[in-house]
Amino acid sequence: MSNDQDQIPPISPPHASPDEERVGVYVCHCGSNIARTIAVEDVAVWAEQQEHVVVARDYKFMCSSLGQELIEQDIQAKGLSRVVVAACSPHMHERTFRGACQRAGLNPYLFEMANIRELTSWATDDREAATSKAKAQVKGAIERAVLQEPLEPLFVDINPNTLVVGGGIAGLTAALELADSGYHVYLVDRDSSIGGQMAKLDKTFPTLDCAACILTPKMVDAANHPNITLMTWSEVVAVDGFVGNFSVQVRHKPRYIIEDLCTGCGTCIEKCPSRVLDQHFEVGLGYHKAIDRNFPQAVPKYPVIDTTHCIYFQRGKCRACQVVCPTNAIDFTQKETFEQLEVGNIILATGYEQFDARRVPQYGYGRLANVFTSMEFERMVNAAGPTSGQVVLRDGVSAPQSVGIIHCVGSRDKNYNEYCSRACCMAALKFAHLVHERVPDAEVYNFYIDIRAAGKHYEEFYHRVLEEGTHFIRGRVAEVTDAARGPGEEGKLIIQAEDTLIGKQRRIPVDMVVLMVGMEARHDSRNVASTFGLGCDFEGWFTERHAKLDPVVTMTEGILIAGACQGPKAIPESVAQGSAAAARVAGLIGRRTIKLEPVRASIEAAACSGCRICNNVCPYHAIVFHEAIKISEVITALCQGCGACVAACPSAAITGAHFTREQVLSQIDGLLWDMQPGVLVLA
Amino acid sequence: MQYGYYPGCSLERNAGAYHDSTMAVAGVLGLQFTEVDDWNCCGATEFFSVHQMQAYALTGRNLALAADQFAPKAALPVIPVEAAETPQLVAPCSACYLNLSKVDRYLASSPELAAKVNTALDAGGLHYDPGSLRVRHLLDVVVNDAGYDAIAARVQRALTGLRVAPYYGCLVVRPGFQGQFDDPEYPTTLDKLMRVLGAKVVDFPLKAHCCGGHMTQISEDVALELLRRLLKNAAEYQADVIVTLCPMCQLNLDVFQSAVNRRFGTNFNLPVLFFTQLMGLAFGLAPERLGIGKEFVASRPALAKIGTSGEVEQERAVGKRAKRRNDQSLPMPYMPEEEER
Ligand SMILES: Cc1cc2nc3c(=O)[nH]c(=O)nc-3n(C[C@H](O)[C@H](O)[C@H](O)COP(=O)(O)OP(=O)(O)OC[C@H]3O[C@@H](n4cnc5c(N)ncnc54)[C@H](O)[C@@H]3O)c2cc1C
Ligand code: SF4
Ligand code: SF4
Ligand code: SF4
Ligand code: SF4
Repeated sequence: MSNDQDQIPPISPPHASPDEERVGVYVCHCGSNIARTIAVEDVAVWAEQQEHVVVARDYKFMCSSLGQELIEQDIQAKGLSRVVVAACSPHMHERTFRGACQRAGLNPYLFEMANIRELTSWATDDREAATSKAKAQVKGAIERAVLQEPLEPLFVDINPNTLVVGGGIAGLTAALELADSGYHVYLVDRDSSIGGQMAKLDKTFPTLDCAACILTPKMVDAANHPNITLMTWSEVVAVDGFVGNFSVQVRHKPRYIIEDLCTGCGTCIEKCPSRVLDQHFEVGLGYHKAIDRNFPQAVPKYPVIDTTHCIYFQRGKCRACQVVCPTNAIDFTQKETFEQLEVGNIILATGYEQFDARRVPQYGYGRLANVFTSMEFERMVNAAGPTSGQVVLRDGVSAPQSVGIIHCVGSRDKNYNEYCSRACCMAALKFAHLVHERVPDAEVYNFYIDIRAAGKHYEEFYHRVLEEGTHFIRGRVAEVTDAARGPGEEGKLIIQAEDTLIGKQRRIPVDMVVLMVGMEARHDSRNVASTFGLGCDFEGWFTERHAKLDPVVTMTEGILIAGACQGPKAIPESVAQGSAAAARVAGLIGRRTIKLEPVRASIEAAACSGCRICNNVCPYHAIVFHEAIKISEVITALCQGCGACVAACPSAAITGAHFTREQVLSQIDGLLWDMQPGVLVLA
Repeated sequence: MQYGYYPGCSLERNAGAYHDSTMAVAGVLGLQFTEVDDWNCCGATEFFSVHQMQAYALTGRNLALAADQFAPKAALPVIPVEAAETPQLVAPCSACYLNLSKVDRYLASSPELAAKVNTALDAGGLHYDPGSLRVRHLLDVVVNDAGYDAIAARVQRALTGLRVAPYYGCLVVRPGFQGQFDDPEYPTTLDKLMRVLGAKVVDFPLKAHCCGGHMTQISEDVALELLRRLLKNAAEYQADVIVTLCPMCQLNLDVFQSAVNRRFGTNFNLPVLFFTQLMGLAFGLAPERLGIGKEFVASRPALAKIGTSGEVEQERAVGKRAKRRNDQSLPMPYMPEEEER
């Protein structure tokens, strides 16, 4: 959308009676996309003979600047009062053509688009049927256009504050960039520390710089930034409002620590007698205390009490932490609290979860001691992890002499997820390198389908690992078993796979197996999506407005997405999306006001019976009921123009601007023109 | 619950114990099995590769007979057709089950094939419309229709102390077939059933590998090697018995066990029982009614362990939960099913 649209007030001709309207019809070839299946010239010639139509043309690319100029010239030279373009989906180019109308002085809402590409030429090969359907669509558009009314956009102020949900690398990047540009950010993370999945990693491909060295400075920056309000151990429970003016409710879960008093000294952690398996940060490979933080460099530094394992919460005794805390920061009576935030834009960066390796039982995870997941291995090689960086078997002491790394566990597999998880090939190569580094004489076997090393310096890293002597076996693994067939296999894990390059079944005995589990959408991503009013695809990843051209924006204005919540990706792409989302938001805030579509509902007070049906139908809570006069009213700024109330009102008291009953019914009549020759019954 | 019952040739001969115990257990669980009249051989595992058309017709005849016999007869005209339940046909043998459901599915997906088969059936005055039967394996019916809870409620003498290796064989979970009721790679229904009966289920990685089928008759070398792997694996996990759901698997593992021992110089002594026999024991039925004692490798010594603690010296997996002092081992992954018990 061009910016000058916002400024120039449209000059609209006075509203004439429908009979006097002068309509121009433009039929697009879309190269061969439409012209191959629809006789576009015929449609144009036919259109010119229709009532109201002053001029009809067909043109190769209506959206090109030449195509748009055609419309502009006709409006001025022929005095058109309505424009119809038969082309692609309004999602693609409605804005383009509205812009052309506006530039020529015609109110942009006196324009109507007929989608003869997605709905017609792409849907069939039958030229005759497609052509006659296109005519019906054009007829419907003409009949509707003549009844359209000029509308003026609504302008609302943009709240310059932004909410970022999720403090992984994507969310952190977005928050820091906005904060550095001078805008205030609320950074909400449900975990006790920010950092996300990256905080668990050891080294990062392809450069092998340590994850902590590049991540923790950013975490600390976020905590100390004057423009960032950090809210960990918190979740968004409700979102109201619309772009520029969201009202968000945040729930702060009780930490049982008074943050203002806690110095982060860690004495409580040391003295807590309850030591339990850490299924979350250490992915079950290490332990934590009932009062603890994810890792020593956690941000913020305050610990959290895990009430299910705290002896005091379970049995009413202990309080050791309270006794030892030098600043009296422990408060067992804390309750959850709620806070209301007002923000103009929201960036979701809620990341991903790992595929559950137990779902592939033939790989033995959970049964065979020395089968590990990639995240377990990542914790193992991490110097701050449960083995202080040593690569060892489940017995905790012996180093493996051979390691088999299995790619695509749960990914590229019709039984689980069909997609490629994108980062695991590179992580697998990184692991091969790290095994060689930590256990120099160990043999490493990578079982892969294809090596996906598309990224800057990725292929070079693959070659480096090849040269280090890693064995690569191309084929999907059938099973991992400890059922030895012969002496060479006794006491080993045997990986059975078809080596597709030599066309043979192979059995490779190894000491340790690492499963490169795929990335999955967060288990609750659908709930989160519905809280924020955005869409999810079949697998639960958040849906972007356009996969190629608009990957960080969603269909809901003011709600953006970044990082692995949109689909599997590695750190570089997650960071790029975080920055992109921040830039989009900063651009919007810079405009101070935002133009909203005037497509809104309104209630005719005299016709409203006060039945309140519409009150509950509206998904945006945009309708209020005036108890005193027993009449409902639409709050225009909240209404999103969905039309639900219009259809629901039993008294036909609600009208959707740009979608009035008359407009819609006459469009239907137009679509059915060949069923009722000559007569057009206007409702 | 009413079912058509297709015993198959084995259950009349070598697997008589399977038939007897099935009937005994069905009685306890209230499953009513009515045998298909005048049924014939299903074609077993090899006829389909020898004479494909004849094999389809051979199995098709069984389907036609069953569909005719079990079709809801006096359905009132007011009841819409869809509401009448598809009659179900149960097969205790994995090969029969696979062949019956395979033929039903192939006929449904190829009208030409169905027409040819029906031409053949017509000679005997028979006709089969694909999809008019729901073919199920006995195990599926027992665990999913009777249900684990009902089974648990009938247990009178839990199989405590008995270490069981659950063996599914390769036919029953062949992927993609109608009626598939378990994971094709690593099935667990039989494991769960044995746990419900109180037995200790040992890990058995080869649970869905092939027993050799009729290879014992064609290439003894191949068959004995396959059997050796299975027996070795069950023995390594210190199983007291192997439990199966297929007469072919049972026969191979039981009857050829001594041949394996001779060939490889091993001394496996693993009784191989049908799951229905163990169910019957747990239900407190007399061993004689369940065909116990008909097996080659005697099961009585192993069954004598029922009621004992059944603990073996050391668990194989390291890193189990119980931690000793100075134990540096890493924790094993959390497995939800283990907690269930
Ligand atoms: C084994 C393994 C190794 C890897 N190694 C590398 C590597 O070497 N190099 C590389 O580039 N990439 C690597 N990756 C990929 C990398 O982990 C991801 O690209 C990156 O972590 C994605 O960051 P993110 O911010 O999008 O998501 P996340 O890191 O998942 O962060 C999401 C954050 O949002 C929070 N959150 C989630 N839901 C909510 C909610 N509803 N409300 C509030 N907060 C919420 C979470 O607590 C978390 O803090 C690896 C991945 C794996 C599995
Ligand atoms: S709660 Fe007390 S003991 Fe624990 S880290 Fe904070 S100040 Fe230290
Ligand atoms: S009260 Fe709970 S958190 Fe505090 S020391 Fe005791 S067990 Fe640990
Ligand atoms: S990135 Fe590699 S290992 Fe991961 S799913 Fe894709 S191909 Fe498989
Ligand atoms: S059109 Fe009606 S239902 Fe839809 S948002 Fe507006 S007021 Fe609510």
